[in-house]
Amino acid sequence: MTSSFNAADSTPQHVLEQAAGVATAQGPLGDALARRQALMSRTQASYEAALLPEDPGGLSHAERAVLACRMARVCQQAGLTEHYAALLAEKDAADELAALATPGAQPPAEDARLTAIVAYVDLVTESPRDASPEDIQRLQQAGIAESDIVRLAGLVAFVNYQLRVAAVLAVMGEPT
Amino acid sequence: MSRVIRKFTTRVPQWRPHLTPVDLDNATPAQREALKETPSNTKVSDYVLVLAHDPESLRIRTALFNGIMYDPDGLSRAERELGAVAASFVNRCIYCAAVHAQRYNQLTGDDAVMQEIFFHGEKARLDPRQQAILRFAVGLSECPPKVGADDIASLREAGLDELEILDLTLATTLFGWANRLMHTLGEPVAAR
Repeated sequence: MTSSFNAADSTPQHVLEQAAGVATAQGPLGDALARRQALMSRTQASYEAALLPEDPGGLSHAERAVLACRMARVCQQAGLTEHYAALLAEKDAADELAALATPGAQPPAEDARLTAIVAYVDLVTESPRDASPEDIQRLQQAGIAESDIVRLAGLVAFVNYQLRVAAVLAVMGEPT
Repeated sequence: MSRVIRKFTTRVPQWRPHLTPVDLDNATPAQREALKETPSNTKVSDYVLVLAHDPESLRIRTALFNGIMYDPDGLSRAERELGAVAASFVNRCIYCAAVHAQRYNQLTGDDAVMQEIFFHGEKARLDPRQQAILRFAVGLSECPPKVGADDIASLREAGLDELEILDLTLATTLFGWANRLMHTLGEPVAAR
């Protein structure tokens, strides 16, 4: 079977395939991505809802980009690290916030809100199995609204999904 | 308060939220719109009502989840469930593991595979294809994810083609997503 489909025709805008270097994949991988094009489009829509929502609630676009960049670095995903660093650069974040894009960097201790957010992001990225009810309580005690806790959890969960799909596609797209 | 379930099981627990589910009667238009995407023939679960606090994400989520688990061709339904269980095992999401282990058992009529995974995790003794799928899905679910050219090669050797590898990746990572919500925003308790 010859592959006639070029994934680039239909997915020029998809962050994930671009970052994984497979947006123009041909052959069996290009065919597989074409077969799952609807899912890749919904993944892109989920990216927009998680990183660039129309109603960001109490979690700004700049904060979302910072946290995503931090998660991409923790997961060592080069393509998405580059993407999120570029997205962050567009957002004009204050230096103190932008610094949190580096794993290990901590917010000023007096900033209870960001401290609680960063602790949640790190735990649920690195070791979700260790999450406990206290981790949600800590966010609530820092004054974060329930709707924003759900937004934060959705962001962390989505980015971890995206990072892993990108990790696999990047390897599958390597010339053999 | 009902007892919290901490051990893997194929008996599906109840899910108790740590946050207040959205009240349907007071839902915003955006929330109502997002909730329409969920199956109308079943009662809207507390889990979905908690997620309705973020309607923009919820609206797309259902279509993406259903597509990854049910779209035709590619990886078999049962093997997608195997990927889902592997992620849920690594992330210790008892609720997701129970639901998807039960589905796997229903699809295959074989309880032994899930029992073996719940007892021995990645070291479970399965047939070569199942073992390759399990190992790949476990490695992919770790942090940082473990995926290299030799991991993909093992799947190919076990007979998976590109579409099946993509499907396995999507099903496994989708549950990394679901586990991070289910296991942090609430907890599994004994079903009444």
